[in-house]
Amino acid sequence: MAQALLTNLHETAAVVLFGVGFTVLLLHRNLIKKIMGMNIMDTAVYLFLAAKGYINGRMVPIMTDGILDADAYINPVPSGLVLTGIVVSVSTTALMLALTIRLYERYGSLDLDEILMRLKEEEPS
Amino acid sequence: MSIVQNFPFFSIILAMFSGIVSSVLSGKKARNLSIAMILAVFVLSLSTLAFCWGTGESYTYWMGHFPAPWGNEIRAGILEGVTASLFSLVMVLSVIGGMGHTEQDVEASKQNLFYIMVDLMLSSLLALIYTNDLFTAYVFVEINTIAGCGMIMIRQKGRSLSSAIRYMILSQLGSGLFLIGLSLLYGVTGHLLMSPAKEAVTAIEAAGAYQIPMLMIVAVISVGLAIKSGLYPFHYWIPDTYGYATPTASAILSGLVSKGYIFLLIKIFYRVLGQEHVIASQIVNVLFVFGLAGMVMGSVHAILQRDLRRMIAYSSVAQIGYIYMGIGLGTQAGMVAAVFHVFTHSITKALLFISAVGLYEASGDRKDYHSLRGSGYRARLAGIGFSVGALSMVGFPMLSGFISKLLFASSALQTPGKRLPTLIALAVSTVLNAVYFLRMVITIYSIPGKRTVKTGQTGADAADGTERQNAASDSGSTAGSRVRSTWNLRLAVLCLILLNLALGMFSQPVVRALEAGLEMFA
Repeated sequence: MAQALLTNLHETAAVVLFGVGFTVLLLHRNLIKKIMGMNIMDTAVYLFLAAKGYINGRMVPIMTDGILDADAYINPVPSGLVLTGIVVSVSTTALMLALTIRLYERYGSLDLDEILMRLKEEEPS
Repeated sequence: MSIVQNFPFFSIILAMFSGIVSSVLSGKKARNLSIAMILAVFVLSLSTLAFCWGTGESYTYWMGHFPAPWGNEIRAGILEGVTASLFSLVMVLSVIGGMGHTEQDVEASKQNLFYIMVDLMLSSLLALIYTNDLFTAYVFVEINTIAGCGMIMIRQKGRSLSSAIRYMILSQLGSGLFLIGLSLLYGVTGHLLMSPAKEAVTAIEAAGAYQIPMLMIVAVISVGLAIKSGLYPFHYWIPDTYGYATPTASAILSGLVSKGYIFLLIKIFYRVLGQEHVIASQIVNVLFVFGLAGMVMGSVHAILQRDLRRMIAYSSVAQIGYIYMGIGLGTQAGMVAAVFHVFTHSITKALLFISAVGLYEASGDRKDYHSLRGSGYRARLAGIGFSVGALSMVGFPMLSGFISKLLFASSALQTPGKRLPTLIALAVSTVLNAVYFLRMVITIYSIPGKRTVKTGQTGADAADGTERQNAASDSGSTAGSRVRSTWNLRLAVLCLILLNLALGMFSQPVVRALEAGLEMFA
């Protein structure tokens, strides 16, 4: 068991980081920390993908010295996925930050529970 | 290759381009473009459906002509065609019905932004329906989330902002789980296209390898998409989101967006993981239990609400529970029932949200039960629309909700282990539905005048005094004036009522189409 975890060190680290990020996003009350958690979670997935795509002893998938043999390069698909994923996570982070700014301007707090409490006072449902 | 086979791709790209073009248009033009585009997509989807019905099989469309293990694919069949047509129809009716309120709720300079969100939403829903590639599905899930969040937050009220951030947080948790599930699946199978991935999954299952990773993949993807569609224990963002967004957004979010994720989940079950493996992994039982819990708890919460729109929102929680219960039965009949309920619920929920607009417009924009007394007389068609929607949700014969319940019950009878819990939950949930929906229907058709007389005679304290004033002004408006809702609202309500009746009375062809569609889905 421990040996298996050690051989797949990157994957293990990725899953642990994913758990950390997920928990922070779910449970932390501070909005900025929630966003940080979200980024940790997303980055963990990218680490996982990058580790899966890497093949020991091979090159970046950019043609060098005219070598056309596919066996000389690592798998390029996960790298492509990571790039796409980064674009997605940048846009969701921007949106969350914009929302956070709006809420901070209105309620002067980053604590989600406090915001919801003030909201109940201001606009009772 | 026939020209019709290009239509799924055309409809996705058409929706996306309208969104881009709308960014330089005025609000009104963007709205008209959006309506025209959705109607065009409706026609395109119908012709795709007719084509697939004619050939009797689904077809794969290669993006950029790269053959199977590479490239990106679209796949269209009967089920995709039916779903896309119905979704675009419900969407255009929601947009038309909520038009007036959108103008009030959204700042004039941001009107076109709202319609960009609508366009992007449609394009992402279509992509979720048609795509045959897992990573494309993930990207469009995110586009869907962002468009949904934009539709909620465009109404600049404190409640909309806070519900938008809660929606975002929960959605991100769901997307994160979906993404890691997808990466694990890619790690195990080496494919992102659904059909080659299924071959790899079948080979792995046959060899008995990777048992724990496969279980994890099924669990993580199911839970991720269940969170995003608002299955019961993850539902707490629903009432605020649906309750305080502008009516068009509420109708689209509750009627269509959550269904898009459910459709994707069903597609992944059938086309990637293999339905029999999913059933063997016991994950469906988990969905079944949460579905049952949602059916009962959603209804209980709905009874406790004092605000009309929050009540409708909580009823969505219950209806999502029904759908997951159908998936959780783990039989073909259960799946047909679940998909049929997807359609029923999108039509009925849009009808309820749009006719609720008519009702509270006729009651001075107040949404509590007391102000709504007698509003069914003030806004006739909205009242009828609400009653039809409510009766359909309760399961009144001739309406689509009845057929859903019938399908659920008959499929439960064929499933020995789950027969009793399903039937009990159906019965309990139906009674609870009846309690809050019929109470509301009775409220909108009761004369508010009576209370004025009563409080007037007893003579009362300050609280009663204000109540009396409200009632007096209400009765004034009932006696003298029937508020005539705008033409667009009445048109949308009328169409949705007819659609509901049509689905209820001519359900057999639809059910047959769904069976054929699910058959060619795998």
